[in-house]
Amino acid sequence: MLIRNPDSLHPAASEITPQAVYRDRRRLLAAAGIGLLGLGAAGRADAQQSVTGQSSLARLPAKPSPFSTMEKQTSFEDASTYNNYYEFGTDKSDPARYAGTLQPRPWTVSVEGEIARPKVFDFDDLLKLASQEDRVYRMRCVEGWSMVIPWVGFSLSELIRRVEPTGNAKFIEFVTLADPKQMPGVRSNVLDWPYVEGLRMDEAMHPLTTLTFGMYGGVLPNQNGAPVRIVIPWKYGFKSGKSIVRIRFTEKQPITSWGRAGPTEYGFYSNVNPTVDHPRWSQAAERRIGEDGFLQRKRKTLLFNGYAEQVAQMYAGMDLRTHF
Amino acid sequence: MNALGWLKVALFAVSLVPFVRLVVLGFGGKLGANPIEFITHSTGFWTLTFLCITLTVTPLRRLTGWQWLVRLRRMIGLFAFFYAVLHFVTYVWFDQWFALDDILADVWKRPFITVGFVAFLIMSALAFTSTHWMKRRLGRRWSRLHTLIYPTIILGVLHFWWLKQDKNDLSEPWLFAWIVAALLLFRVLLPYWHRLFPKHKRDQRRAATVMQQATARIAGRPDPLQPGRSTRRH
Repeated sequence: MLIRNPDSLHPAASEITPQAVYRDRRRLLAAAGIGLLGLGAAGRADAQQSVTGQSSLARLPAKPSPFSTMEKQTSFEDASTYNNYYEFGTDKSDPARYAGTLQPRPWTVSVEGEIARPKVFDFDDLLKLASQEDRVYRMRCVEGWSMVIPWVGFSLSELIRRVEPTGNAKFIEFVTLADPKQMPGVRSNVLDWPYVEGLRMDEAMHPLTTLTFGMYGGVLPNQNGAPVRIVIPWKYGFKSGKSIVRIRFTEKQPITSWGRAGPTEYGFYSNVNPTVDHPRWSQAAERRIGEDGFLQRKRKTLLFNGYAEQVAQMYAGMDLRTHF
Repeated sequence: MNALGWLKVALFAVSLVPFVRLVVLGFGGKLGANPIEFITHSTGFWTLTFLCITLTVTPLRRLTGWQWLVRLRRMIGLFAFFYAVLHFVTYVWFDQWFALDDILADVWKRPFITVGFVAFLIMSALAFTSTHWMKRRLGRRWSRLHTLIYPTIILGVLHFWWLKQDKNDLSEPWLFAWIVAALLLFRVLLPYWHRLFPKHKRDQRRAATVMQQATARIAGRPDPLQPGRSTRRH
């Protein structure tokens, strides 16, 4: 049974952002308002001292998004050094260490399948397709940890509308680059390459589903899925494919890489759900990375990662235990 | 202090390096985005590594003839236990905050934790009985008790194996599995050692002859160290 929780977007008293952070955020928003999201050199030191942190990569101007959470953001350092990106190795420090070989430009994304207007998009065209937004989302990994990350991108629906899906388009499939020359991990056989993920059409059209080009005000670091990735905040992190080279519209449900590796463990939906455990571990709680340091206890995981109000209706009537 | 004493001091210092490293990294804020995971993985790795080293002592002694190696073994074993304690405490305290309900649910959900806990209990018993006094008290039973090191290390590798299954990457557990398999195979082959290494056998026979001659020379006088037994094959 689904429980709609109207408070899901509002933080508990314990989670209210400290004033110093809030002030800093106001300054950030003000800066964004006058189109200077990339703070001036003078502001940088402050920003780095704050919890927000800033990407040192090329700026990606964006406007604020109403979807953003006000929760304390994970530091840029943690979000860019603690990653699962198996194409660069299975250790969480591997992507930051080895993703330097990835060439994010030139880059094309082939959009194909059950659509009226298939097209190979040049990255720069894709970037300008719609206006970029700063979207601060919670990110919950299936392994039991979470972050709060300010992504930069726009709703995937902006792209979907433009390519005109046919009546047969029931699902959408995302394919990640798999080039052993750029990605040392692709030589190992831990997963079937290329990495494939997918969504049901209504999930893909949901405004929260973001075609993502940057984070922390800059372009995406290689280890976070440069130059373009998907972010689906109410699903476990592995659903959000990185370094996308192909987007395919299909009639049949795509076979995902993790679904192939462990069909009983990684369902197609993989919605964040504290009451549906992974067969080998509990999903009831999560460790928020960088949260007040070493001695912080785990926090309770929220249904749909706290986005139930926005997304629960898509799963009305579905048994979330069967459709895990 | 004699040479062995100095060697023990050096071994003690070297064995503390992984711990000191964690302390230094911890105070420098260099344990990465998830310090608790870092400490858990590091102490787990060193527990397994020290267990493997204890099992290497006997083969190495056979191959080199350095009998004194056995006198370092207890310290190595206790360091394996030291890292296991850190590993266990990190889980129970910093990961779970002594929340017994959560721990029991976790143990139930994740058999690898049960396996690790059993291994930890056995190691505790071995550490508890590692003193000279306990060794004397238990006599023959001591050796039998301490053969439990074999199931311990197998459970340890299994614990690591099941953990890494979550990441779908078994390269490191395979490495430990091969090392442990080789060390256990050595024990299986030990009775056939002389046949496998004839040179060694010749040396043994020569040593036995010398012993026999010596015994013959002092015939009539009982061996003060081994009453009733003059020679003993190793």
